[in-house]
Amino acid sequence: MDETISFVLNGKPASLRTDPLRRLLDILREDFALTGTKEGCGQGECGACAVLLDGQLVNSCLVPAIAVSGKQVLTIEGFRATPRYALLRACFEQAGAVQCGFCTPGMLMAAEALLRRNPAPTQDEIRTALSGNLCRCTGYAAILKAVETAAKEGMER
Amino acid sequence: MTGCCRPETLEDALSILSRQGAQVLAGGTDWMVKHGQQGPHGGPVLYIAELAELRQIAVHGGEIHIGAACTLTELLESPLVPDCLKQPLAQMASPAIRNIATIGGNLCNASPAADALPMLSAMDAMLSLRSHKAEERLPAEDFLLAPGKPRLAQGQLLVEIHVPLSPKWDCVYRKVGLRRANSLSKVSFCALSDKKAGYVQDVRIAFGAVAPRVVRSREAEKRILSSGHPLTDDQIQAIAAEYGKLLKPIDDARSSRAYRREVSLRLLKWYLREGMNA
Ligand SMILES: Cc1cc2nc3c(=O)[nH]c(=O)nc-3n(C[C@H](O)[C@H](O)[C@H](O)COP(=O)(O)OP(=O)(O)OC[C@H]3O[C@@H](n4cnc5c(N)ncnc54)[C@H](O)[C@@H]3O)c2cc1C
Ligand code: FES
Ligand code: FES
Repeated sequence: MDETISFVLNGKPASLRTDPLRRLLDILREDFALTGTKEGCGQGECGACAVLLDGQLVNSCLVPAIAVSGKQVLTIEGFRATPRYALLRACFEQAGAVQCGFCTPGMLMAAEALLRRNPAPTQDEIRTALSGNLCRCTGYAAILKAVETAAKEGMER
Repeated sequence: MTGCCRPETLEDALSILSRQGAQVLAGGTDWMVKHGQQGPHGGPVLYIAELAELRQIAVHGGEIHIGAACTLTELLESPLVPDCLKQPLAQMASPAIRNIATIGGNLCNASPAADALPMLSAMDAMLSLRSHKAEERLPAEDFLLAPGKPRLAQGQLLVEIHVPLSPKWDCVYRKVGLRRANSLSKVSFCALSDKKAGYVQDVRIAFGAVAPRVVRSREAEKRILSSGHPLTDDQIQAIAAEYGKLLKPIDDARSSRAYRREVSLRLLKWYLREGMNA
């Protein structure tokens, strides 16, 4: 049975009637046309669907609508409007950390979740923060490098 | 009740459960993988992840009481939670999953490979179960009846996990998985020791993922303590043989019976030879 679910999506109030057990991933892509959030595995293993829920990294393929009610959701489309996105984007470009780009929105959300809490992470902390995000193209060295550079440059600003 | 129900209080949740069966949904990291894409969901669902009563972490008389709906991240960030328990939690899944996965969900999902139960069993944790009418406390060690079958009666919720805060254990935790993140245990090994003046006063050993239930043996632990210090190679072999009888590993997609047995016993022997005395 459908219910009304209200939350804040990328800073704006949002509301819809839907099955409370529907995946946040499907709501974002199908009802709000926010297709930057990708479906890789649909089982919590790859991080392509990662978004921030009340500031915490989550895999939207595992989050039912009912768990979103009253909370804040930030997707890659909302994150794009921020200075840290611009910095991360530049660092990903410089490091050659993007090939097909399928994993990139999730990688960026994972990096943002880390840098929000810990602006000067160690290499190990970066590895842990990105450990739930799979990339089938680049190998991970370039991605780790990009986040490391973004952290350094962020601290210098 | 049809569809999905979001009670405001634990009392409401328990009374709904008592009136009609419902599937319990906490963080959903196991539940959504199982049911998430199927469309219409068989039977009503009771969402408990945000019940305030299930989200507390507090110390009561020498024990820490952990609400069943606390997320792994919340436990890892709490200064009250003993380090021994944080070790398995920190190695579970990935940050995104730890942010929503609950400790209660890990236990109630009742996988023999679930990572919280072996350490809780070794620490002599107790579980508090509640139904609308009654409350019950039982050892964490006895909670798994069989793979996928927790000892939960109709209408019961796991509400709290009670972990003794003393002694202050020295602990060793080893998880053997395919890779560091997002892999379930092939084997897990927990060993706790309490030392005074360099001598081991008490010891606890638990193995996960190598039998339908957590493997722990009071007799073997007594034997380790009464065998003198340091243990001789013969004593170590004999103790390993004793544990060897209790391990009932299986062949599955993650690992083989032989590998699981071999690794478990090697970890044990290493611990008895070196780890325990370090
Ligand atoms: C990619 C991935 C990696 C994972 N890695 C690991 C790992 O390394 N180690 C590991 O142990 N697990 C792992 N898991 C499994 C899972 O994340 C954990 O078991 C988690 O703790 C389950 O908690 P939850 O709140 O999400 O449970 P849910 O999915 O909400 O519930 C699980 C089951 O428990 C029942 N339940 C939940 N809470 C209660 C309660 N309070 N009372 C009664 N019944 C209840 C539900 O009805 C359901 O049957 C992984 C899962 C994924 C998707
Ligand atoms: S699609 Fe959600 S983790 Fe892979
Ligand atoms: S760039 Fe293709 S999956 Fe990462």
